[in-house]
Amino acid sequence: MENEFSSIDKLLKLLKENKISVTEISKHFIDKIKKSEIKAFIHFNEDNILDNAKKLDDLKSKGTFKRIHGIPIGVKDLFCTKNIRTTAGSKILKNFIPTYESTVTSNLLNEGALFVGKTNLDEFAMGSSTTTSYFGSTINPCSKDKNKKLVAGGSSGGSAAAVSANLCLGATGTDTGGSIRQPASFCGVIGIKPTYGLCSRWGIIAFASSLDQAGVFSNNVKDASILLEIMAGYDNKDSTSANIKIPEYSKNLSSNIKGKKIGIPKEYDTENIPEDIKINWMNSKDYLQKNGAEIISISLPHTKFALPTYYILAPAEASSNLARYDGVKYGFRSKINDSLDAMYEVTRNEGFGAEVKRRILIGTYVLSAGYYEAYYLKAQKIRSLISNDFKEAFNKCDAILTPTSPSEAFPIGEKEDDPIKMYLNDIFTVPASLAGLPGISIPFGNSNNGLPLGIQIIGRHFDEQTILNISNNLEETI
Amino acid sequence: MNNLIDGKTGKWEIIIGLEIHAQILSNSKLFSNSSTKFGLKPNTQVSLVDAAMPGMLPVINEFCIKQAVKTGLGLKAKINKYSVFDRKNYFYADLPQGYQISQYKNPIVGSGEIQIDLPEGKSKSIGITRLHLEQDAGKSLHDQHPEKTYVDLNRSGIALMEIVSEPDLRSSDEVALYIQKIRSIMRYLGTCDGNMQEGSLRADINVSVRKPNEHLGTRCEIKNLNSIKFIKQAIEFESRRQIKIIEEGGQIEQNTMLFDSNTGTTRPMRNKEEAHDYRYFPDPDLQPIIINEEFIKNLSESMPELPDQKKQRYINEYSLSTYDASLITSDFDTAVFFEKVLKVSSHSMKNPKLVCNWIISELYGYLKKNDINIHKSPITPDNLSKMIGLIIEGKISGKIAKNIFEEMFYSKKDPTDIIKEKKLEQISDEGSLKNIINQVLEKNTEKVLQYKSGKDRLLGFFVGEVMKLTDGKANPSIVNKLLKEKINK
Repeated sequence: MENEFSSIDKLLKLLKENKISVTEISKHFIDKIKKSEIKAFIHFNEDNILDNAKKLDDLKSKGTFKRIHGIPIGVKDLFCTKNIRTTAGSKILKNFIPTYESTVTSNLLNEGALFVGKTNLDEFAMGSSTTTSYFGSTINPCSKDKNKKLVAGGSSGGSAAAVSANLCLGATGTDTGGSIRQPASFCGVIGIKPTYGLCSRWGIIAFASSLDQAGVFSNNVKDASILLEIMAGYDNKDSTSANIKIPEYSKNLSSNIKGKKIGIPKEYDTENIPEDIKINWMNSKDYLQKNGAEIISISLPHTKFALPTYYILAPAEASSNLARYDGVKYGFRSKINDSLDAMYEVTRNEGFGAEVKRRILIGTYVLSAGYYEAYYLKAQKIRSLISNDFKEAFNKCDAILTPTSPSEAFPIGEKEDDPIKMYLNDIFTVPASLAGLPGISIPFGNSNNGLPLGIQIIGRHFDEQTILNISNNLEETI
Repeated sequence: MNNLIDGKTGKWEIIIGLEIHAQILSNSKLFSNSSTKFGLKPNTQVSLVDAAMPGMLPVINEFCIKQAVKTGLGLKAKINKYSVFDRKNYFYADLPQGYQISQYKNPIVGSGEIQIDLPEGKSKSIGITRLHLEQDAGKSLHDQHPEKTYVDLNRSGIALMEIVSEPDLRSSDEVALYIQKIRSIMRYLGTCDGNMQEGSLRADINVSVRKPNEHLGTRCEIKNLNSIKFIKQAIEFESRRQIKIIEEGGQIEQNTMLFDSNTGTTRPMRNKEEAHDYRYFPDPDLQPIIINEEFIKNLSESMPELPDQKKQRYINEYSLSTYDASLITSDFDTAVFFEKVLKVSSHSMKNPKLVCNWIISELYGYLKKNDINIHKSPITPDNLSKMIGLIIEGKISGKIAKNIFEEMFYSKKDPTDIIKEKKLEQISDEGSLKNIINQVLEKNTEKVLQYKSGKDRLLGFFVGEVMKLTDGKANPSIVNKLLKEKINK
């Protein structure tokens, strides 16, 4: 059975042939989720899932069969879901129930998706480990040692872990500086962050608006293609949404990469990468070359400025985006009400966790009078330079190949007292985020410790098809 | 005009600049579809965006951009083809996002100027620094509960234009004229209703004082004034306050002031209220506004005639005096009313000055006394035009017309009906007038002799007697003519 539940196409076939009902599928996954100990989900409502499964079965019996009819999907708890608690992994929104459905989750529901629960994440998507969640840490299902539980990566760690542990076929994520690609790499699944503007941000709780982008996790490239083409699309409720026609990624999916030029950026080859990760990266390059791609060396000269730039811009936007959580309108409010200011102070002090507070402070600082030019404005300028680097590079190549992360999944608790070390997790994913480019992490090889590693493929703006095709080729290879 | 004011140490000059916050006339808000209707139940005109629910995004209302550009054109200002929305960050209970979306470094409209008409027929040019778009905050209600503050978000997100002037104003009278002119231009354009009572127009006033020809003094900003009367009071008080401090050897601290309308005084806000670092940065949820030449051209072509143009046309076409023309064009609705009266009949079209006089000297008074806006005037342009026609045709005298006017105002009746009902029609029929004249002359034979011996002024006495007998309805010019003919025979 497990094998037949491993891809969207297989499951849809079973349903179409009436060999299984959506209700039976839902029971299978409910059972698995209940038995699971990896804390992938924050919120999970059995009755709700069964109700929805029944509705989908009824629809089918009336002759309506949708594109992902009854496919179990996890939803990162950063997407607002109508009448379903949406927490952003935070205390301040721990009881928040939206009256509206985000555009991306609406798109999935309209095509028959069966939501199985809201997945865990770092608080307000700030983190690389899913350990800053108010609801506890998600455990990486690839952990080998019961006494040394590993992080799932983050911030979309719950979604990556859920897909990795087959608690659902796909899951939504959001990626601001690597929050889809890095956990995908840690958990051995596929994670794609599309071009900025491909998926609507409407109804996604904002972290850093100029970088946030929804994407998806899956166990194979075809499923990622199907889910992405459903999630994506122009939305007039999001001014930064791109008004383009979404290609049929799954239909156009190919593994032919003959003549594709793949760039290897020399600046990513630093001394700080562990040897096994470097070797794995070179192996992936060799495979692609063997399969017909042309490998060329490229330069992205401003790469080393990407991480500091990101850690100025993202917190700056976050400090403003999170100002609305003030205890006045919704969410947690402190009982202290001596004055409006006192209420604000205590509410935000008690309602936010340490990492969120750290980023609000950094962001407030870099926007302050006297520091704005030196930090925020300068970072904006470097962001343009980084975008130009990629523009130049894409004159020479069709896609760029890098490791996804400079490390394998690390034990829970590690790096937590050292934010800089934690931030270094994003070193390979942040440049593409700053340039708004699509990036995918595809499981490829293992570390010396036998843990999954990911390879990142970065594409041109709105050229998701090329990176999906290259991923497809790598997937067939391994 | 000499605006200097006397202090103990000599003459002082007041330097004033304004920031006017004008609510854009638009059915929906700047970044959401909620209605902008005034005076509805609290929190009934609030969308998810206005309440800053998690994950909500602003989407620019293109109509508001047009309104701002139109206003910019009306202020003869530079329209910026590239402008940016910024976030102005601060915490307040009625500011749901924790920031106000505004424009900081790149406003939609740059520098311009307007003319204000001073008494004695002079005019003065006042520089406009910029105009930018921003969203309004909600409203904190402190008087609904002994301990709690309530928040009404109906106003949250409504589009405002902030119009910043150069420090070109020198007296509270000039400030009043400036605000009236800006309001007049916006009302002509239909970009702001200028209703200060409903808060559609508010102003922050920057005031400083100096000895003539010396360097500018330190300024204080008086916040959020919503009536011209208060603005004048605040300027008078604030300038006196500053002069007193300096003359007593003190220094002005740059401060934000609040005006107390009960006492007519200003006082500094507590430091905490103003110690803000707004941390402006471009709003990443919105794209820059790019305007092309065609967009501006289309709007320029759709621009209506503005007050200054209209005034000039009235002077040229209708031979109105500068004073009358400027008075009747200063308010858009009045000008509309005036033109409607003219259009109704050829009589009024041929006598614009008479029409203008009736509006300025009579209608204004009645409207003001009864607190009615001219567009709701009980005397319609139609009826006023009819009444003027009756005067010109000699059917009623000017004196009777005043009585009819009053009756028209309170009963809303047609003047011809009033004349019929009250039998007020002027007697111009020579036959019947001759009879009455004969009666008068027969009764006063002695006075006729005196008149004939040279006492010309007695003619007025005879006219008056005829009027008495006709209840004032006799046509005075015909009576005059007939009397002279009769006596001089």
